[in-house]
Amino acid sequence: MRIRTYRSFFTILFLSLLTTGFAASEPKENISSIEEEEFNASELIFHHIGDSHSFHVYGSDEDHFPKALTIPLPVILWTDNGLVTFMSSEFHHDVDGKVVVEKKGMKFVNLHDKIYQLNAGASEVVFDAEHHTDNAVQPLDFSITKNVFSMFLSMVLLLLIFMFAARSYKKSNDNMPSGIGRFMEPIVVFIRDEVAIPNIGEKHYKRYMPFLLTLFFFIWINNVIGLIPFFPFSSNLSGNIAFTLTLAVITFVITIFSSKKYYWKHMLWMPGLPIPMKLFLAPIEIIGMFVKPIALMIRLFANITAGHVIVLSLIGLIFIFKSFWVAPISVLFTLFISVIEVLVVAIQAYIFTMLSALYFGQALEEEHEH
Amino acid sequence: MDLIKPEIGLIFWTALTFGILLFVLRKFAWKPILGAVGDREDSIKKALAEAENARKEMQNLQADNERILKEARAEREAMLKEAREIKEKIVSDAKEQSKVEGDKMIKQAQATIESEKKAAVADIKNQVAELSVEIAEKMIKEQLGNKDKQLKLVEDMLGDIKLN
Repeated sequence: MRIRTYRSFFTILFLSLLTTGFAASEPKENISSIEEEEFNASELIFHHIGDSHSFHVYGSDEDHFPKALTIPLPVILWTDNGLVTFMSSEFHHDVDGKVVVEKKGMKFVNLHDKIYQLNAGASEVVFDAEHHTDNAVQPLDFSITKNVFSMFLSMVLLLLIFMFAARSYKKSNDNMPSGIGRFMEPIVVFIRDEVAIPNIGEKHYKRYMPFLLTLFFFIWINNVIGLIPFFPFSSNLSGNIAFTLTLAVITFVITIFSSKKYYWKHMLWMPGLPIPMKLFLAPIEIIGMFVKPIALMIRLFANITAGHVIVLSLIGLIFIFKSFWVAPISVLFTLFISVIEVLVVAIQAYIFTMLSALYFGQALEEEHEH
Repeated sequence: MDLIKPEIGLIFWTALTFGILLFVLRKFAWKPILGAVGDREDSIKKALAEAENARKEMQNLQADNERILKEARAEREAMLKEAREIKEKIVSDAKEQSKVEGDKMIKQAQATIESEKKAAVADIKNQVAELSVEIAEKMIKEQLGNKDKQLKLVEDMLGDIKLN
């Protein structure tokens, strides 16, 4: 039922977005079957903003034109018996745990894009009353999922862009960039002059520039990749909590490692206050130390995910109303939101970077500056 | 809920990717880019400072020029004044000297004239004396030859003298 909803969604997406001519040529029974189905918007949306073990490119149907194209991605599992790798195509697009793949004597199923390892002796997944599995566990999953694939793509793009940019400086004899370098330089200078120097200070900022620049461009390009709704983009990497968590933890670790005595003194034994106040403030400050990176993590995750949810909800309206006439309105609103999102993704990358710089600056604060 | 449950795989790949990016970009992108931008900014700053220095120097030079010009003008004025004074002095000196010289020449001339006059008068006196002697001689000769003639002669001579 789920996969059929998904298929019908893409059929309709193609009908509404590409040409009206498509609608005429589409087999009649296909459309009528769509109308019979109950459309579950939240299921669709959560499927879309989640991760996947394969990359769906286009199409909804194996038999009808346009034929569905899904790119299989490698599954890499760390099990009790060591590393297990195979292509996700071995599941034959199954996400309901029906297709069992056997490797090294272990049985694996794909259940809602999570790989489960069946317990020894089991031959198929058994569900309990709440649709949870009884007889399978999740091995450590290091698969190249859609998000990981997208992240590698962003890495390649970033490397290409900035290698070219850096090379353009070397080519010129007066340190003037050309081409992509000319476009990137103002942004790099912006991060330096508006983010690093005001927050960290002239004295220490140079040490943090590589991190801040990498952070900003890494978040930004992945945000942008998430906005582009077709292969090889369209992932929701920067709206994934694991991604934001990792970056927030890196910021936290750097903050702790660059902290000076005054940072701890200020946190644990606030100078210039009566002792009861000091005792009262210390736990709050300690909580604050952890809340900062957590806020970083949630802010980026929530903003990017929300953007995707809004866009998908607007498109979903077409199916909720079951009317083609909603399509123009949906598309118009989607366009409007997408334009705002272009702004939002840049701002979110900027805020993440700016706050990271701010935390570094606080950690580096010296006594006399206060 | 799946949405807020971080997956270990993605954490691992994110950390790895970010690490690689940080390392490679730091070495091959941020360092050269920031270096080039910094160098350019330094050179601009330097150029601006140099321009400012040049402007100041120019100002100094201009002030110097003005001062020198003023001094030169004053000097010229002084020199002109001095020259005028010298000129006037020379002229007045020359005038005085020429006056003295002239006076001296006039006096000399007067003295010469006087002495010439005296000499002339003396000469006339001598000639008159000689003529008187000659007349006296002739008269005596006539008197001695003919009484009448002598008389007549005296008369004639007297008449001559009157004519003179």
